[in-house]
Amino acid sequence: MSARFVTAKVLGSLATLAFVVAFNFFLFRVVEGDPVASLFRGRNLSQSQRAELTRQFGLDGSTGEQFVRYVGQTAQLNLGRTYSNNQPVASEIWHKAGPTVALVGISTLLSTIFGVMLGIAAGWRRRTKTDYAVTSFTMATYAMPEFWLGMLLLTGLAVGLGWFPVGGIVDPNSDATGLAKLADQAKHMFLPGLTLTLAYLGEYALVMRSSLLETMREDYLVLARAKGLRDIVVRNRHAVPNALLPVVTLIAINFGFVLSGAIAVEAIFSWPGLGLATYDALQGPDLPMLQGLFLVFSGAVIAANLFADLLYGYLDPRVRTA
Amino acid sequence: MSTVAVSARQITWQRRRRAAAEAWREYRRHTPGMVGLAILAIAVAVALAAPLLADSAGLHAVNTAANPAWANPSKFGPLGTDHLGRSVMTQFIWGSRISLLVGLAATVLAMVVGAVVGIAAGFLGGWIEAVLMRVTEWFLVIPFLPLAIVLAAVLGPSIQNIIFVIGITSWPAPARLIRAQVLTLKERLYVDRSRALGASDWHLMTRHVLPNVSGLIIANTTLTVPVAILSETTLSFLGLGDPSRASWGKMLQESFQAGALTQQAWWYYVPPGIGILLVVLAFTLCGQALEEVLDPRLRDRRA
Repeated sequence: MSARFVTAKVLGSLATLAFVVAFNFFLFRVVEGDPVASLFRGRNLSQSQRAELTRQFGLDGSTGEQFVRYVGQTAQLNLGRTYSNNQPVASEIWHKAGPTVALVGISTLLSTIFGVMLGIAAGWRRRTKTDYAVTSFTMATYAMPEFWLGMLLLTGLAVGLGWFPVGGIVDPNSDATGLAKLADQAKHMFLPGLTLTLAYLGEYALVMRSSLLETMREDYLVLARAKGLRDIVVRNRHAVPNALLPVVTLIAINFGFVLSGAIAVEAIFSWPGLGLATYDALQGPDLPMLQGLFLVFSGAVIAANLFADLLYGYLDPRVRTA
Repeated sequence: MSTVAVSARQITWQRRRRAAAEAWREYRRHTPGMVGLAILAIAVAVALAAPLLADSAGLHAVNTAANPAWANPSKFGPLGTDHLGRSVMTQFIWGSRISLLVGLAATVLAMVVGAVVGIAAGFLGGWIEAVLMRVTEWFLVIPFLPLAIVLAAVLGPSIQNIIFVIGITSWPAPARLIRAQVLTLKERLYVDRSRALGASDWHLMTRHVLPNVSGLIIANTTLTVPVAILSETTLSFLGLGDPSRASWGKMLQESFQAGALTQQAWWYYVPPGIGILLVVLAFTLCGQALEEVLDPRLRDRRA
């Protein structure tokens, strides 16, 4: 890869990030009203207390001054304080990122593996029962809201059959530590994880299937067959590695959505991550928290896109000059 | 002797009618597409006939002896009642209106913006293209759902706002597709010929480029509606929908917040989900069928 290709991609991402930061600032200034007044409604605030609170929330001074200060603070990862409990937004987000990364990361990984396997099975045996079954299944999971799937699994397997806990990340009555605690967490993660895995899997299966169909038309596959290779060797050595390219990009891009991908599903299962934090912040609405979450979600996607571009440039020499 | 005067306009329309009839013949052979169309016809009929099918007063009914709360389907009406004693069937029927309306209106908004940006960027080129495509890139990269959430939270919950939010976050992908198509169209001979005859950019864009990308726009519209309906569902579930009107997404939100999951009141949250599933599936099937009708190269990919 040329240094020029890398530089261009990195600069493009930085420009996008700058756009998001500016957009984020002005978007939340559209809200009218005085947050200090609405938060402390019904309480007697002295003039100096009011001024102090306004300063704390970063709402004093002209819009220009606020913008400069906002950019400066954001660069130092100071995202302001939440309205709801007056905590630093950055540390709130930091503490809640762990459960989300664990849940969505594992689900993305599992859905990738199973999705690619289903896609290969469907594409290689085109127009068979396997293909029709996989295609119908992926269409159905695509067409349903993922949190509705979560509601069905929750009522069926947790409320109805009682096999799994109905929500949260650990049993609040248990004081287990170490491995026992981990097992408890895994049990809590099963249903939201299953929901997200099923919801994400369809996309990978579809992309893998159509990419494999595309590859199967290539001359080198005809040659591989003509020289007498077994079907399984043609598939695993010649077709699949080449067909994986678009899927790899998709995976890299989708890892950007690991932080923001599960807002409604986390709410359904009370999974204490960034999704549930978003859901809670919306009820206020807790604007600094939403602003911070939006920035973090966007930043993750921008980083993942950059990574996907660079990875693609590395894997496929044809795009390096683009 | 009477000469039949045929104007250029009439010839154009005859040609368009013939092309439409041809496309319909092709579409009819596509079974999944016809299934999708049938489901859509039923959904639209239910939405339009809502006042005949269910009294809208039922949307505001409260818990009485006649309307007990959490009544299951065997005790009340075809689909039981919710936590306030309102008929789920009535909400389901009236909810179809909002879900379809938001999905369609948001898509129209997205396609208009997408078509204008795509055609202007592709046809005019130069700095206009550079600026438009940079903005499109930005919107493509910002994650869709968080953007829609913050926009809806800032603008406040109402049906116009939710249409605006979904529309304004859905245009970049169509804009990019349309631009790519326009880039190949503008090199065609008939565009050069028309320009040589003195046609303005506006004339070329509206009379030559737009009709030639209209197929792409129609197919893309059909594939954007399901995404818009799913977005409406998620935004409503998060409490960003119009609080005064029933939609399928809002039914899911209310059932979740009222504790229908622990009550095991499946009749409350299963029907709206099935409604969404069927409508989204139907639009997807129609969209894929249309794509294949309009682009014969795709016919080979069919399963």
